[in-house]
Amino acid sequence: MSDVDRGRRQILAWGAAMAGVTLAPGVTLFDLAHGRPPSEPASPKVRWGMLVDVNRCASDCDACVVACDKENGLPGEKTPTSAQWIRKVELKDMRGQTKSLPMMCQHCADPPCVDVCPTGASFKRADGIVLVDRHTCIGCRYCMMACPYKARSFVHEPVTGQRPDVPRGKGCVESCTLCVHRIDRDQIPACVEACAATGHKALLFGNLNDPASEIAQRVASYRTTAIRADLRLDPGVRYQGL
Amino acid sequence: MSRESSPLPEARWFWALAAAGALVALAGFGAAHYMEEHGHIVTGMNNQIVWGMPHVFAIFMIVAASGVLNVASIGSVFGQAAYKVRAPLSGLLCLALLAGGLFVLMLDLGRPERIIVAATHYNFTSVFAWNVFLYSGMFAIVAVYLWSLMERRMNAWSKPAGFAAFAWRIILTTGTGSIFAFLVARQAYGTALLIPLFIVMSFAWGLAAFLIVQATMFAWNRLALPPDIQRRMGNLLGLFVVSVLFLVAVLHMVNAYFAKNLAFERFLLVDGGVYPVLFWGGYVVAGSLVPLVFLWHPRLAGPRGLVVASLLVVAGAFALLYLFIIGGQAYPLDIFPGYATRSTFGDGAFQAYVPSLPELVLGGGGLAVAFLITVVGVRVLRFLPQDDLRPAPAAAGAK
Repeated sequence: MSDVDRGRRQILAWGAAMAGVTLAPGVTLFDLAHGRPPSEPASPKVRWGMLVDVNRCASDCDACVVACDKENGLPGEKTPTSAQWIRKVELKDMRGQTKSLPMMCQHCADPPCVDVCPTGASFKRADGIVLVDRHTCIGCRYCMMACPYKARSFVHEPVTGQRPDVPRGKGCVESCTLCVHRIDRDQIPACVEACAATGHKALLFGNLNDPASEIAQRVASYRTTAIRADLRLDPGVRYQGL
Repeated sequence: MSRESSPLPEARWFWALAAAGALVALAGFGAAHYMEEHGHIVTGMNNQIVWGMPHVFAIFMIVAASGVLNVASIGSVFGQAAYKVRAPLSGLLCLALLAGGLFVLMLDLGRPERIIVAATHYNFTSVFAWNVFLYSGMFAIVAVYLWSLMERRMNAWSKPAGFAAFAWRIILTTGTGSIFAFLVARQAYGTALLIPLFIVMSFAWGLAAFLIVQATMFAWNRLALPPDIQRRMGNLLGLFVVSVLFLVAVLHMVNAYFAKNLAFERFLLVDGGVYPVLFWGGYVVAGSLVPLVFLWHPRLAGPRGLVVASLLVVAGAFALLYLFIIGGQAYPLDIFPGYATRSTFGDGAFQAYVPSLPELVLGGGGLAVAFLITVVGVRVLRFLPQDDLRPAPAAAGAK
């Protein structure tokens, strides 16, 4: 081996070492996070869903609502014109027994809001998350008329304090995104995180299509309810203990 | 005093009416601009009552637009000579009312400046997207129909064009009724019965609108409507009013039979505050029964009775639409059957709604657009029905 060849080898070795040092942290982080790179489309193999354990949901707790407002830059007011992506509903049955549960976009497999949207602004992502494209929403509110869960809000006033991850705009319709910006970074929705932090652990998030996931196993093992099941919309949010 | 001897006052009247129409239309634009600047917070609408007064105006005008074309259809499709001479006016009113309705509908959007998006992005599962085609198609077909009626060389085409317009207007009203018929989750809507109901409503409301305009034009020209034509058109309006009453009764009876909808029907028809008043007082009595008396009572029937009946039918239409659109949303959505519910988002609560001034001005602006198109149309082209024109008795006496 000539000196020139040895020199070339050394340069290549140093180059490889440098490349390794440069890429390693990124690769490691990527491995840790399992996040979906922006260039990769959402996978239809995944069906994101949520399971609400009504027996664990405390009537005096609104941690999920507060967390949602904070995460998504919502004003937090509770008026007939304010945006409320998640709300606590108090239920009383005929025997006077009460229950409390969070209500939000149910991320239906067959969403009526997507059917009725004239421009296609309401759409369902391949992984089951129902969203509104803020660039093509014309603010006709037909989706709000069509939603059986009253899950959507119309932005009635100019918007302030927007979060960079969650664009909003006056005159458009919006609803729970299941914290899609967090899911794409492999984080759980803010409401689920906040519920766990209170110790109630009433919300469970996961991939309904993965038989090994906790949510899929609980949905398979326990009796869960789809709200307005008579409409056969196959919601991604299920309720246990209702 | 003949019209020829005093063209100036008549021209002045035309300009005054056109200016008044333009001013109200401009005020409608102003109201829409105000709503766009501040957001819909300045309206009475909210996240429960998402469609408000602008939709009452818009849907009235769109439904009446297709119904007013019936007059032309009876002439061109069913060969009735008395109606054929009214076909051009009927076509003009169709275009005018459709333009007025769309004016309100578009300017009430949360993002009216994005109307181009609605014209370039279509979701074909949406009834609204179909309606974009139905409305623009209606303009095109009625324009061709009017051309075939008013241009001598095109007269041979008036029958096929009339057929096309007739078919299109039935499909268009089907599309308007389907906006509500396809809403699966709400007690007030989600039934196929709404489609024939909307078609029959269009017959009544469109004919009423036609009769009001026709009476105004005849009075303007100091002409009297021939009594036989007046009687026939009055009888037809009566028939349509009875048909709407029948279908509305059937709709509510069937709904009230379903135990799950009984509370909702009670709200609308018995104890829902303003809504039962609008239904019984506004729609049933003032908007249907009283007009029938004016149309068919031997002492009241006549040219004036026909106009009063038509105006009352229009007022009843607004009462019925208010009840249908706003009352239908004011009743809480039944998300958890069997439970009493409450939340910060109006679950389980009856929602209050008071229309705001900008909404009313926007709606009035739509009517003004229809008025302006009609006034200009009848001024520049021959739209006055040319049947056996006789001077009114008073005018004849003056001569």
